[in-house]
Amino acid sequence: MSVLQLNKVNVIYPPPKRGGSEVHALEDINLTIEGNDFMVALGASGCGKTTLLNVMAGFIQPNSGDVLLDSRPIKGPGADRGVVFQQHALLPWLNVMDNTSFGLMLQKKKSEERKKVAAKYLGLVGLEEFLSHYPYQLSGGMRQRVGLARALTSNPAILLMDEPLGALDAITRETMQELVLDIWRQTKKMVFFITHSVDEAIFMASRLIVMSPRPGRIIHSYKLDFYQKFFETRDARSIKSLPEFIEMRQEILDIIHGDEIRIDQG
Amino acid sequence: MSLVNSFKESSLNYFSKVFGRGPVKPGESYGAPGIGNSTAISVVTSVTLIFLWWFVTNMGWIKPLFLPTPESVLKKFVSVWSEDFGGSTLWGHSKASLFRVFTAFFLACVTAIPVGIGMGVNRVFRGVFDPPIEFYRPIPPLGYLPLTIIWLGIEDLQKITLIYLAIFAPMALNARSGVRSVTIEQIQMAYSLGATRAQVIWHVILKGAMPEILTGMRIGIGFGWTTLVAAEMVAAEAGIGHMVLSAAEFLVTDVVIMGIFVIGGIAYMFDLLMRFIERKIVPWKGKM
Repeated sequence: MSVLQLNKVNVIYPPPKRGGSEVHALEDINLTIEGNDFMVALGASGCGKTTLLNVMAGFIQPNSGDVLLDSRPIKGPGADRGVVFQQHALLPWLNVMDNTSFGLMLQKKKSEERKKVAAKYLGLVGLEEFLSHYPYQLSGGMRQRVGLARALTSNPAILLMDEPLGALDAITRETMQELVLDIWRQTKKMVFFITHSVDEAIFMASRLIVMSPRPGRIIHSYKLDFYQKFFETRDARSIKSLPEFIEMRQEILDIIHGDEIRIDQG
Repeated sequence: MSLVNSFKESSLNYFSKVFGRGPVKPGESYGAPGIGNSTAISVVTSVTLIFLWWFVTNMGWIKPLFLPTPESVLKKFVSVWSEDFGGSTLWGHSKASLFRVFTAFFLACVTAIPVGIGMGVNRVFRGVFDPPIEFYRPIPPLGYLPLTIIWLGIEDLQKITLIYLAIFAPMALNARSGVRSVTIEQIQMAYSLGATRAQVIWHVILKGAMPEILTGMRIGIGFGWTTLVAAEMVAAEAGIGHMVLSAAEFLVTDVVIMGIFVIGGIAYMFDLLMRFIERKIVPWKGKM
């Protein structure tokens, strides 16, 4: 069982223009992701969600505070944390198979092993029939599935997903939510998942944090189990119209809107 | 003011009468400028131009000294192919020119592309190479041609150096801007899968910059050819430009025109070659 820990993490960006003030992107963030948490971060644009993910991925070094994966400090990006990007970040000159096994190629794994591992995860995301397609021949949802399979190949301790479904149409998005949940259950990995969509957050999260901008902080945190109902009934739409689901959504929207009013006045 | 406006209106009316279209045909989108196939029109244009050339020269309306007949130009192509003209045969001149342009092109590929990539990924590289390249890039090669003659004479070495310099800047700058076309997500993706810096440069940046590197090569070889022919007209002992110039000195107009066609033909072949290479190496170009 892995643990990702953030203790009193601060990230301060330099002023965007001369004479401006510094941007306090993250202020004293304390967060522990462990076991097989599916942690969803929700919040308005500019609240520091992506900065938080970049700190975990090692793309950004915090100004102060500790970021520890299994007690070892994170010094930079590494294969123990798989990242799924909003804009798929596939390499257009590689086919689906080679894009998926890209990490294994970098790690100098043998060709047969690469193919075996990549095929396993491509099967998991339902793309086993598209191995020799190129990214430009795939739909948006399929591209994201390749990105997900690619992140899984190096068997990371945690999956970091930065609005992975944000660029998809509504129908594909619902299918992908279910797919991501199923893969999470099968691979038993920790997940850190960013989204703008309140419904998506409530539906998928085992733990939900709501963030607020200027400075970026965690203002609320929940433990949820709607995903559990989905595994039992496999009926996502009924779950999303349950009274307790709607109540939850109302509560979170109130928090976010109340927060916006605070910022507009402040 | 009203005079200007009414002029504007009447000329616009004239244009819409000449170039205006009726309703769109199925499969066409309304308002797209210049839609429709123009190949047939181009063929007609070419045939008409050649026919006009043939007609006016055969009617004797223009003296052969100014414009020889198409037949005599074609005959010259056949005869000069194997006969000596201006110190060599047509094939000999072409070989001399092609050797120069390809040697310079090869040298530029193996130096300018690494330098351009280096400038893209490393600030020291960029700091060192930016001033000299930006200084000499806007100077027309014929501007520093006299200096290369003083330094290196008029042999192959001088020609190759001149074309090399002419090609180096566009190729390096295209490679550099190719590096910028790689997205930060693609680079971070590779790092997050455990890539080393060398692996990122080789497997992500170099490959991602390839379409623009090839564009640089295509611009480079075209520019190199232009520069070479001009340089051979200034001072040379062989080469296709030299052949055209010596023909002009003796007023052998049919060889001059034949030479122009050969120069154009070779330039067109370079373009076809580069397009072929592009299709082979970067088939994904423009698709994502």
